[in-house]
Amino acid sequence: MENNTVLEVKNLHVHYVTSESAAKAVNGIDFEVKEGESLGLVGETGAGKTTTALAIMQLIPDPPGIIVDGEIYFEGNNVILNTDKENQAMRGNGISMIFQDPMTALNPIMTVGDQLSEVLLTHEKLSKAEAKKRVIDLLEIVGVKSDRYDDYPHQFSGGQKQRVVIAMSLLCNPKLLIADEPTTALDVTIQAQVLEIINNLREKYKMAMILITHDLGVVAETCDKVAIMYAGQIVEAGTVREVYLNPKHPYTRGLFDSIPKLDDDSSELIPIEGAISNAADLPTGCYFHPRCRYCKEICKQQQPPQKGEGHTFMCHFDLFSEEEKEERR
Amino acid sequence: MENQVLIETRRLKKYFPVPAGFLHAVDDVNLKINKGETLGIVGESGCGKSTLGRVILRLHEATSGDVLYDGMDINNFSADEMRYMRQNMQIIFQDPYASLNPRMTIGQIIEEPLKLHKIYKSADDRRARVEELMELVGLPMRSYNQYPHEFDGGRRQRVVIARALSINPQFIVCDEPVSALDVSVQAQILNLLMELQKKMGLTYMFISHDLSVVKHISTNIGVMYLGQLIEKAPKNDIFNHPLHPYTIALLSAIPSTNVLQKSKKIILKGEINSPINPKVGCRFATRCPFATEKCTSGNPQFVEAAPDHFVACHRWKEVADGTLKFNM
Ligand SMILES: Nc1ncnc2c1ncn2[C@@H]1O[C@H](COP(=O)(O)OP(=O)(O)OP(=O)(O)O)[C@@H](O)[C@H]1O
Ligand SMILES: Nc1ncnc2c1ncn2[C@@H]1O[C@H](COP(=O)(O)OP(=O)(O)OP(=O)(O)O)[C@@H](O)[C@H]1O
Ligand code: SF4
Ligand SMILES: [Mg+2]
Ligand SMILES: [Mg+2]
Repeated sequence: MENNTVLEVKNLHVHYVTSESAAKAVNGIDFEVKEGESLGLVGETGAGKTTTALAIMQLIPDPPGIIVDGEIYFEGNNVILNTDKENQAMRGNGISMIFQDPMTALNPIMTVGDQLSEVLLTHEKLSKAEAKKRVIDLLEIVGVKSDRYDDYPHQFSGGQKQRVVIAMSLLCNPKLLIADEPTTALDVTIQAQVLEIINNLREKYKMAMILITHDLGVVAETCDKVAIMYAGQIVEAGTVREVYLNPKHPYTRGLFDSIPKLDDDSSELIPIEGAISNAADLPTGCYFHPRCRYCKEICKQQQPPQKGEGHTFMCHFDLFSEEEKEERR
Repeated sequence: MENQVLIETRRLKKYFPVPAGFLHAVDDVNLKINKGETLGIVGESGCGKSTLGRVILRLHEATSGDVLYDGMDINNFSADEMRYMRQNMQIIFQDPYASLNPRMTIGQIIEEPLKLHKIYKSADDRRARVEELMELVGLPMRSYNQYPHEFDGGRRQRVVIARALSINPQFIVCDEPVSALDVSVQAQILNLLMELQKKMGLTYMFISHDLSVVKHISTNIGVMYLGQLIEKAPKNDIFNHPLHPYTIALLSAIPSTNVLQKSKKIILKGEINSPINPKVGCRFATRCPFATEKCTSGNPQFVEAAPDHFVACHRWKEVADGTLKFNM
């Protein structure tokens, strides 16, 4: 493993098992994130994005969640083998996570300033006055004025709350920030502000980031690399440029064809037929085969291998290579 | 050929009483929607899009102002007249989970309005109509006896659309009909709505915060800000020649999938005003880099800056001739 690799996930499998069913949420994913790099994790509802993030944070609810297989290396340590204490330390100053709903991260009956100071004080040896100063400085950086230190969360708008949550996640200078749909609930003008803040801070602190979203535009504007998830697998991954300019998996193609393009609204939208499969009842063979317009017999029977280097994809065929396209003509 | 106006609002207002005074959810909105066209409505959360839709349908009573349907002032209609009128106007909501009764089958749900409005005499006729509708929206016949919980979001939204169409409305308010759906499924529903419009000559008011979706489906686009309509024009004019500073900032903020050409974003500063007892002046002035004394002391009028292109900004002429530009 290269020494500037911050996170490496290998063959991760996570299931949620209840008496009625077993949902296969994550089914063998591999990826890595290097220092200062940002990875966009894209996929539809139920694709396993949050589960992946929770596994890295060692926060999978157990029961019903189980990490069935795989390894997760953070700075060279397999975190699955961590003790509770080691996990707490890791979450304190190694990895931080921004959850989708800012309210779940904030305590409604404590002022914003006190909450942030408290986080700082539990992880670092500081005086109260020093903590307060650090918090005020950080709030200032994310654009919350210092006179809001003594306000309660409900006195903030959605965008401001999200800034507070971002400030909170950065308090202890994490090496890796996992942001789960950090701007989905925000208006586009506010989203642009928040993404700019995240980008600036990332540069300033050389922080690595995993950005979870279903917005391909947000990834294009904030990430270096992208991984497309479908039914708990990464079906395509590579640099944003490679994947966006030359998508190789039919699902990735389908996503791009489904979204209206701003610069070309005459083009017809081509939806992907059907809906994402239930994690408790995944199809045989390629998990995408019931919705795939290129499906052949082999797709129904065998899981496709991972192909490509750097720019990888999971499909029995290389459907969009020049030769293949020629053949279909 | 003269376009025929189906919906018109004149100085339409909806104020909600709140402890601190009045919340101006819709404030002095003038608009027209032509038959067979789609007016897209965009704007940030809480700017009054849904309230405008509801007031037009009289699901909320207007505080003042008029709503004209085909030239008739429906605000003065009696309850009976309104019940008749309702057949022409329907609404589709964002959340296909909340808007379907979990104890009714798909068939019963689609049939309900037919019973309510007593359009068909016999159960057989109603059944035939329901089947026709199911086919129209792409639902398989075997779903007739299924329940909503057996359906995913996309198919539920098809049920909602079939129900809305059952009584042959002319005008449909689509309030974020695809916002809760995944993109791949969203495209299915957008295509369906556009196909139905062509087939049946429907008129839509399409509310969404997703500007690329709105651009795709609309004929004209209206931009709202804190209860007011601040700009309205044919969609290409909005995108190519926006005149209101807020519209310009909004358009620049849309994340683009174009990796070859990174677009510059306008990052707005300043706080959003409160919609409760708003002060005189332009409501965007607190965030507008071009705001002057005039902007905070007088309300800008909604004027026709170019044919069919309306804008409410004191300085639109300087924006139009290029004197005012955002620093990016
Ligand atoms: N606590 C849980 N118990 C049982 N099943 C779960 C639990 N959490 C998630 N799942 C299931 O695991 C699968 C993956 O869920 P996950 O939340 O990781 O998806 P996601 O990609 O984050 O989706 P979204 O875009 O909706 O947030 C889904 O099928 C989901 O129903
Ligand atoms: N019944 C009500 N009583 C008081 N205030 C209301 C009521 N309904 C809406 N409002 C307020 O009116 C304003 C406009 O709300 P509306 O729901 O129309 O906004 P919107 O543009 O549809 O927002 P969103 O994009 O979040 O759906 C908001 O400030 C809202 O809080
Ligand atoms: S493996 Fe087959 S079914 Fe799966 S994406 Fe490729 S072509 Fe489609
Ligand atoms: Mg999630
Ligand atoms: Mg609304």
